[in-house]
Amino acid sequence: MHETDMTKALIVTVRKWWSEQPEKPQISGIHLTVGKFTCVEPVSLQFAFEVQTRNTFLEGAKLVIQETPLIAFCHHCQQEYQPEIGIEYACPTCLSPMEDIRSGRELKIDRVEYSSDSVETSYAPNI
Amino acid sequence: MHQTFDAALGINLLHANQEGADHNREHFDEWGITCFNVMSSPGAGKTALLEKTLAVLTNEYKIAVIEGDMTTELDADRLRKYNVPVIAINTGRSCHLDSKMVSGGIHRLANEYNPSEFDLVLVENVGNLVCPAEFEVGEHAKVALLSITEGEDKPLKYPVMFQEANCLLITKMDLAPHLDVDVNQIIANVRQMNPHVTIIPVSAKTGEGLNIWFDWVRSQLVQSAKQQLSVVH
Repeated sequence: MHETDMTKALIVTVRKWWSEQPEKPQISGIHLTVGKFTCVEPVSLQFAFEVQTRNTFLEGAKLVIQETPLIAFCHHCQQEYQPEIGIEYACPTCLSPMEDIRSGRELKIDRVEYSSDSVETSYAPNI
Repeated sequence: MHQTFDAALGINLLHANQEGADHNREHFDEWGITCFNVMSSPGAGKTALLEKTLAVLTNEYKIAVIEGDMTTELDADRLRKYNVPVIAINTGRSCHLDSKMVSGGIHRLANEYNPSEFDLVLVENVGNLVCPAEFEVGEHAKVALLSITEGEDKPLKYPVMFQEANCLLITKMDLAPHLDVDVNQIIANVRQMNPHVTIIPVSAKTGEGLNIWFDWVRSQLVQSAKQQLSVVH
């Protein structure tokens, strides 16, 4: 379950950004890009996020995960293809090995959504 | 008035781990140490391989081991018999070593010994085919092990580990005659996603292939020494 560690890393990074904001905004959402060719399972990440943000500055924030497909570029055929993860990675046309991964290795915090109400002044959660 | 805003971050989730790994590597480079991250599923033979490696290569190089074990020192005790420093890191419930844990190990090495005397640090990761592949620890090369009993399909199912490896050892080759596993198919499956990896079939029990593995280690140490020399000049 390394998603727990991934979530910890995510919270640390967002907390750093948040603490640098003078108004300490209420964060309502975090947008991630997670490639399909990584060891991260989005469902586990969602679960870990919910558990680990309880009673923190991120309580109630939604985690939006955008998955990106595995796309490789075959230099021999000069074209992109989508390897079938778990089954076949070589180019389906010429069988050259997968060497140039163009998408699918992303593990990125893209953006944070926040409202103008600061954590200190908001009386009700902004749902 | 209630308004919603967006802030673009664009930061890698593993940014902090990566920074720690780069910092560890700087220490290794400064001390002239080459570091390998040795990874496999549990029971593939990492410790047996390290035992054989220490038995031979301690005659040529000064070696230390950083040993990741979930809760025990059993593996570390096996390796201490070879009179090398073995720094055990109990990873608790974590299923992989990260750069911070290895940093703790490096600092213990530096406090208890003169780190500049060492040539090679072998990091034995926690047995797991999934997580360790995503967490760099500051290594110069990744060494993956796959025991022949695990079957041909594992590189296809756990591709990240095999795609990242610089050297793959197919272990327990002495069992090959008793199994319906095709070594050539394992090799072909790995080559689909990592055409340049060095693949060496070995057996710690019979010694098959170990000399080729030792030569690979030697070649990495020579390369790394050359790189460090080119930094100095």
